[in-house]
Amino acid sequence: MSLFNLFGRPSFNHGIHPPSNKTVTGKTPIRRLPFPGMLVIPLNQHIGKPAIPIVKKGEEVVRGQPIAKADGFVSVPIHAPATGRIKGIELMPTAQGRNAPSILLEVYEGATQEVLWGEEQTIGDMSDEALRQAIQNSGMVGLGGAAFPSHVKLTIPDDKSVDTLVVNGCECEPYLSCDHRMMLEHPRPLMRGIRYAMRATGTKQAVIGIEDNKMDAVETLRANLPRDGSISVEAVETKYPQGSEKMLIKSLLGREVPAGGIPAEIGVVVNNVGTLAALGQLLPKGEGLIERVITVAGPGVKHPGNYLVPLGTSIGFVLDQVGYEGSETEFILGGPMMGPAVSALDTPVTKGTSGLLVLNEPNIEAETLRIWPCIRCARCVDACPMHLNPSHLGLLAAKRKYETMAEEFHLNDCFECGSCSYVCPSNIPLVQYFRIAKAINREQAA
Amino acid sequence: MKTKPQIELRTTPHAHAPDDVVRIMRNVVYALLPIAGFAIWQFGLSVLALLITVTLSCLLTERFFNWMGSGYNSLGDWSATITGLLLALTLPPAFPLWMGAVAGFAAISLGKALFGGLGMNVLNPALVGRAFVQAAFPVAITTWTPAFFDGRFSQFAPSTLALPFLRPPSVDSWVELLQVDAFSGATPLALHKFEGIQTDTIDLLTGMTTGSAGETSALLILVCGLYLAFRRMLDWRIPLTVMGGVALTSVLLSLVDPEKAPDAIFMLFSGGLMLGAWFMASDMVGSPVTPLGVLIYGLLIGSLTVVIRVYGGLTEGVMYAILLGNAATPLIEQITQPRIFGQRANK
Repeated sequence: MSLFNLFGRPSFNHGIHPPSNKTVTGKTPIRRLPFPGMLVIPLNQHIGKPAIPIVKKGEEVVRGQPIAKADGFVSVPIHAPATGRIKGIELMPTAQGRNAPSILLEVYEGATQEVLWGEEQTIGDMSDEALRQAIQNSGMVGLGGAAFPSHVKLTIPDDKSVDTLVVNGCECEPYLSCDHRMMLEHPRPLMRGIRYAMRATGTKQAVIGIEDNKMDAVETLRANLPRDGSISVEAVETKYPQGSEKMLIKSLLGREVPAGGIPAEIGVVVNNVGTLAALGQLLPKGEGLIERVITVAGPGVKHPGNYLVPLGTSIGFVLDQVGYEGSETEFILGGPMMGPAVSALDTPVTKGTSGLLVLNEPNIEAETLRIWPCIRCARCVDACPMHLNPSHLGLLAAKRKYETMAEEFHLNDCFECGSCSYVCPSNIPLVQYFRIAKAINREQAA
Repeated sequence: MKTKPQIELRTTPHAHAPDDVVRIMRNVVYALLPIAGFAIWQFGLSVLALLITVTLSCLLTERFFNWMGSGYNSLGDWSATITGLLLALTLPPAFPLWMGAVAGFAAISLGKALFGGLGMNVLNPALVGRAFVQAAFPVAITTWTPAFFDGRFSQFAPSTLALPFLRPPSVDSWVELLQVDAFSGATPLALHKFEGIQTDTIDLLTGMTTGSAGETSALLILVCGLYLAFRRMLDWRIPLTVMGGVALTSVLLSLVDPEKAPDAIFMLFSGGLMLGAWFMASDMVGSPVTPLGVLIYGLLIGSLTVVIRVYGGLTEGVMYAILLGNAATPLIEQITQPRIFGQRANK
């Protein structure tokens, strides 16, 4: 623990304090958006192998029915978000920038919101193995943005053992507040989901970490804790990137995940509150993940808020519903620090989409923004949560010494949180340099 | 019919902190203005002329090298202005203007442009300029004139307007003419070193002494430096460690060599230490970026200052201490690369 922890809330060293911009959406209850006429459901909404479609063109499906099955262990099935007819399986644009095979589902007019598939199951009677299988069957992935299949994360390798489940309720990205609303509105499903995750991983204790700008969520969850004391809630400092796994573990438990390693190496497994709340809602009913809450916000949005959106809804449809303005506009999937900008309005909302931001003219940085030479102010060094030396890495990148960056200056430990670029007074696009360097190194290794 | 918006694509992060280079540099200029104002009030017209001349010289030199090089006008980043102001503040109040212009040219050309401009210089440009004139004009740079004399706003010191390349007229007769009481023509450091007279700490703090134009009031410099530190436009660790190094070395020396031992308080508040610690050692370009490096760098400058002051031939050592610290920075940085988060013990 650092000296600073003695004076304030638990935290990690370094990091930044961008304006949070959450006040509007954080106070707005989750609302449901109507079905669009057409859903575009990519087969690869998760990390791992794409799902295999099990429906044919022209087939009728009902809301909740599986339409694609998992391809192996690191993969999850996909369920129909609405009742309608399959129009085909085609290459469609995605947030990643390249077109990917997607199922096109034409939604029937007046289709019901009722989920018409899934059998109730009693989790208590299941073996741990069956529980993990049920989690895979639900199609659940990390809803915080990583979209890593939940059942894989909750399967602890035989050579490791974990003692603590860390539940990530930080939501450190500016603007986003969907996890905040989930904690406020669905505390009981969240507690259920935490229990399932504890069973699946064999952990005896769970800690929910929440940034201290959401004290209402801290209190709501504390009021819903089970009496046996196995789950606790801890407020942590509001600081970006508190919601990064490694940072949150450090803040809550004082343990450091080894560089290049995973949390299980130090006995921890981390899950996002949104993921576990959704698990708590879906598992008892035996349903699949067909919709999610996204935060729609940003200066260009007329009615910012948190919306429950069927997976596969195009962001253009979402924006038509909430209204937006601006002649020059930037659309971002996720938060402003790490979320990619998308080039097409027909990009669909997928399992990993946590937010949709609209930035318009005065808020978009000019393309011609001057980049000054590095003045060695050391702000990036003091901001980097991984304690790298971005200033020196940037100089090396300018000299194209990509291998030196990786071998001597820990380039591959950078998780591209963007803190260095955020603070750089010379406007040097450090993170972009590092992304390029990593890509070139990968290319050359291959 | 709604027009389709133009979709912009940027890489992450899509947010940026408000500070940029221009804003930081401009704030350093703001912080230097009260110090410059006090110098003018204290020493009069001569200092005003010196400030203008040196700064203009720096700006013109910078523009000249812009023209020689990329063609990009870098005057807008204010860094040359800072160099000019800082350099003028480290010169004696009656320093001949033409020598000031030479100092400004040396500062930007030798100290900055030859290394590649902003961000590339190894040494602090203002101090390179001062070191150049210290070597070139050793008499002029150690000629001190009285503060707060009557009529200081209406008359130049005779040396100020000396013709280029001619020996500047002596200020002695002029000083006598002014009939300033108890003016010895020596800085507190020289008084201490050669005559054993200790200047009152209150006088050091408030600037009721003589010395270089902008170094006299330790308190004012401290306040201006703190302004920058609170606005996070200055790394507070550097002045702190420099001052710590001075205090520590003074105390250590008093154990080893009580006869020559300097008083830590006197060492801290006399001479150019305050100006150097807050505005020159803390220059971002010449100081290390690593936290441990900053500590070593600051202590090195602080201790070197005291050692040069006590054992060196010169009365003042801040300039060379900072230049040496600047020169050592690449090495310091190399050995103080931060331990990364979760770094394994065996690597």
